[in-house]
Amino acid sequence: MKNNILEINNLKVFPNNNSRLKLVKNISLSLKKGKTTCIVGESGSGKSLTALSVMQLLSSQLRMSGNIVFEDINLLNLTKEEIRKRRGKDIAMIFQEPMTSLNPVLTIGYQIEEAVGVHENLIKTELNKRVEELLNIVGIPTDRINSYPDELSGGQRQRVMIAMAISCSPKLLIADEPTTALDVTVQAQILNLLNDLKLKFQMTMLFITHDFGVVEDIADDVAVMYQGEIVEQGRVLNVLKNPKHPYTKALLGCVPDPQGKKDLKPIDYSALKRAMG
Amino acid sequence: MEILLEAKNLSKEYVKTTGFFSRARTSIKALDNISVNIKKGITLAVVGESGSGKSTLAKSLIRLIELDKGSITFKNKNMRTINGDELKGTRKNIQMIFQDPYASLNPRMKIIKIMEEPLQIHGIGNSATQYSKILSMIKKVGLVEGDLSKYPHQFSGGQRQRIGIARALILEPELVICDEPVSALDVSVQAQIVQLLKSLQKEFGLTYLFITHDLRIVRHIANEVIVMKEGKLIEQGKTDIIFRNPKTKYTKELLASIPGNLSKRK
Repeated sequence: MKNNILEINNLKVFPNNNSRLKLVKNISLSLKKGKTTCIVGESGSGKSLTALSVMQLLSSQLRMSGNIVFEDINLLNLTKEEIRKRRGKDIAMIFQEPMTSLNPVLTIGYQIEEAVGVHENLIKTELNKRVEELLNIVGIPTDRINSYPDELSGGQRQRVMIAMAISCSPKLLIADEPTTALDVTVQAQILNLLNDLKLKFQMTMLFITHDFGVVEDIADDVAVMYQGEIVEQGRVLNVLKNPKHPYTKALLGCVPDPQGKKDLKPIDYSALKRAMG
Repeated sequence: MEILLEAKNLSKEYVKTTGFFSRARTSIKALDNISVNIKKGITLAVVGESGSGKSTLAKSLIRLIELDKGSITFKNKNMRTINGDELKGTRKNIQMIFQDPYASLNPRMKIIKIMEEPLQIHGIGNSATQYSKILSMIKKVGLVEGDLSKYPHQFSGGQRQRIGIARALILEPELVICDEPVSALDVSVQAQIVQLLKSLQKEFGLTYLFITHDLRIVRHIANEVIVMKEGKLIEQGKTDIIFRNPKTKYTKELLASIPGNLSKRK
């Protein structure tokens, strides 16, 4: 446990009315302190449900069982109030579509201030200073403090979300496809920013994506999810260079090779089913 | 090689009045004197970040946007002056596939209706021949007959993009403009759609104008590339040559942003 900040043990997620239907099937995953772990998989593989389970933000129609241990405390034993105190402070999250996560009728300055104010008792002038500091850290000019979300570009909106997420110096940052909706150039900027922040604040990151190219850029460790299960996990270089599971190999075949040497190979699901037995 | 479409000196400026009562105007050059030739049977990729004018270029070619300046010649027809039936006939020959398959299919129409509509608008065949045409097209894109009686919401994102492709190809166009057709899809689905587009190109001898911000896809589908930035065309050439020997700083920057390349810079 010493080097691990979060341990997920035998996590299962299922609908309230059908406990036999497992959406996440008994997964176990440990996050090393200060490292970035990527969960990679297709849509429907259960990667977002896993992230939401850690935050305890699952839909009320879903339930979970197992253990999620964060710094020696089992999050599943905490009361709603205790969870709420940690959520946003110890563990923060950013999402795929920043526009739907921001309130369109409030300025970004107000929204960042609100995020800080929930967990920290600061007077108005201190709050203002903290908001400007955060804007600087994520690379937004401070004169945009009174801008509304629709006045910002997609990349800038994601920077605002990141500012809110890191506002209370969380130990763990969960990023659920934060760059999927962005252009490649902006994606590269955001990935670089997240990587810098991780080093600067010694954050641990749980990063969710469907693109092995992004995994290569940002991850230290990787877990590959398929149909609710982790089919392979390990150090990123090992998995990329020497994938063991047939599904990992198939998913890697879908990533377009920038050198154009390897052909694109869509997943042949019937062959995959045979290979998995 | 035969040139299918020739565009010369295209310009388009968007003017915006700032403030509620103020008369102050700012303008953005979405297209700044762009000239492009599209050769028959190849895939020409248009690359650039959002706001570079690539979608404006695509839409102006089929006159969904009226240009300020420039000329467009498609199969010896001046696209900027033709009207009425002639424009309709030419548009049948240039079809478009859109980025968001959720937004570009009418949610209240069954797939059969979505596929019939273009045929009816252009008065092609009777209901029996239309049905057999639709059936063979829907099979070509990997769907089945039973899918015709379903609604768009019953399909996944990748399947919906297959429907968008079938709808575009049902009119047997020569030029297909693909506006970020795979940007909204997972890599696994993206690979399927790119392979599908390639095999359909071979089968029907299609010409593609393929708009994207992802250079990895360009490498797999395009013969030639143009790079756009802030409405200007800043580099063009054969795909291999652009990848091996990019001339401008901006193209180099785009190549460096390819996912999987960042770690190599560290």
